[in-house]
Amino acid sequence: MGSKVRIAVVGLGKMGLSHFAMVNAHPDAETIACDGSGFLVDVLSRNIATPIHKDYDTLLEKERLDAVVIATPSRLHAPMVRAALDRDIHVFCEKPFCLDWADSAALTELAAEKGRVAQVGYHYRYVGAFREMKRILDSGALGRVTHVLAEAYGPVVLRPKRATWRTSKEEGGGCLYDYAAHPLNLLNWFFGTPDQVTGSVLGQVFSEGTDDEVFSTLRWNDGPTAQLSVNWSDESHRKMSTKIAMIGTNGRLYADRQECQLYLREPHDALPGYGPGWTVKYTTELTEDAWFYLRGEEYSAQLAEFIAAVRDGKAQAAENGFASAAETDRTLAMIIENAETGLPVGEARARAPEPAKRRGWFGR
Amino acid sequence: MDRLLFGDNQFFGINHMSEGKARAQAMRFQKTDAIMDVLDIAYDEGIRTFMCTTHDRIAEVADRVRANPARYRDFTFYPCMPYAHKYANAVTEHGMVGALKHFMPEDGLFATALAGGKALATREVDGMARVLIDMEMKMFAGTRTPVIFVQNVFTDLLLGMGFTRAFRIFHDHIVEKYGAEPAYITMNMPMLLDALEKEGIERPIICANINKIGFRMSGGFDAYLDALKSGRVRAIAMSVYASGAIPPDEAIHWISELPGVESIVFGASSAGNIRGTKALVDRYMQEAA
Repeated sequence: MGSKVRIAVVGLGKMGLSHFAMVNAHPDAETIACDGSGFLVDVLSRNIATPIHKDYDTLLEKERLDAVVIATPSRLHAPMVRAALDRDIHVFCEKPFCLDWADSAALTELAAEKGRVAQVGYHYRYVGAFREMKRILDSGALGRVTHVLAEAYGPVVLRPKRATWRTSKEEGGGCLYDYAAHPLNLLNWFFGTPDQVTGSVLGQVFSEGTDDEVFSTLRWNDGPTAQLSVNWSDESHRKMSTKIAMIGTNGRLYADRQECQLYLREPHDALPGYGPGWTVKYTTELTEDAWFYLRGEEYSAQLAEFIAAVRDGKAQAAENGFASAAETDRTLAMIIENAETGLPVGEARARAPEPAKRRGWFGR
Repeated sequence: MDRLLFGDNQFFGINHMSEGKARAQAMRFQKTDAIMDVLDIAYDEGIRTFMCTTHDRIAEVADRVRANPARYRDFTFYPCMPYAHKYANAVTEHGMVGALKHFMPEDGLFATALAGGKALATREVDGMARVLIDMEMKMFAGTRTPVIFVQNVFTDLLLGMGFTRAFRIFHDHIVEKYGAEPAYITMNMPMLLDALEKEGIERPIICANINKIGFRMSGGFDAYLDALKSGRVRAIAMSVYASGAIPPDEAIHWISELPGVESIVFGASSAGNIRGTKALVDRYMQEAA
């Protein structure tokens, strides 16, 4: 079928294998794979029908491609994405986008210039409960949000161990890039790039080459202050758990992968269906079924939206475009600078507290 | 297969609705005694089959069952493998080849082959797959395991990649070595059924979400019903209550009228819920047996 989208999945590691399985199962995709390393490529190439290239340049040269999915170690993202865009190929890139946010900005510009669908794999924006959080926030029902707590915990590094790219900071490994990037990306979605970052700590627990825990205080001049608390050496969590809580003048809002809980002091016209007090909605009721389910609807949904955008000739991504991922790269860079120098990064402007209503001497 | 099978998600802090509830369950079932208490209630209600992951904790359950043959004469395990976290962690820690080496017998042929770093022959890869299956089955030695499953994440990863020959390797080894029925858990039943048939596996046992509201029935509700009506599959329905979205009576009644569904698997932690589901299955699904 000529109308199928020809996609190469590049890098068959942990994320790449799962992307490959989902793209390969998509009815509108014709899939090619690319990975340099030995054992797995060897076994796969003798057992699956999909062609597997061992070299990225050869792949780009030999195959007529509509799109690539880049799931290689993070330091390779920038040059690989650029090579694809130079050939007018649409790009889905794993997170974090680029280790140097100047690269992120340049590639955002290049993708816009070329009119390509350019998306980054921040899958939490496709989780029903976080989408509901965004909808509630945008409705204004929560009032003025002042207080935010963003957290992520999970069991990745539980003892001193063998180094891989994921445990090397130069390659884009570490708890900041791997874990903290997710709640930060959600904060960027809700409030934009922070104006000031202070109080950042990149702490080591077991790793030698990189951080295992992250703390930071982020401030938006026209928005809330957020505290970030992330740790990937926490065995009590079965897998990664990301959660965001916020307090506004009209209530409290909480979301994790499973559910979205809202406490409203007063109901709000822009948010029908939510009464005063607690309302809980579950991801299961907020999510549509995927065409193919591997490990959560959000992973399938982000690829489905990417493939549909390419198929329909769109010139940009519907969600998680390069510009939004560049915001997260910029935020990550602010945290690193703040942790290294101990000096505040960015400028805070004091905001006047909400003026109290005028009252008489005995009016309270 | 029995009409009603008992699942194990509730014992391991897996809850599709709430992280808080999942943690409360993980705390409650920290000790194997607490798991056995619930299994005993189910067993005494006549639910004799325990469909479970090859989690380390299940080895302790198997020990208890082996130790008391009089009490657990009819107790049956349906193992589901692999316990994916064990392998994911090993790959993170040792790399792909290192992880494989880690799981192979130390002085065996395969460890030597892997250490050589050369491309492996197909029969060597197949041999390693059989060694991995045997390792997962070790904890069940001396118990009844008439049906043996591939876990859904693994099934669906292989299915998505098109590595369907692995299903054939699994099938043949389970039949030949264990005299058991091979079975597959999936979130994509219609697609899996086609793939298994292409591998020459007829009327497979497939466990998948089957519920009245089509919750997590990837590939489409209608495609599931068509597959069930065709008689090509022996289905085990899971998520029949769709995480609590369908009232129990309505959920079981609807399932009981579907052709092709031989069993239901469910998880529960309270005597009330166990008895409630058992009573509904007895009422609606008895005559089908």
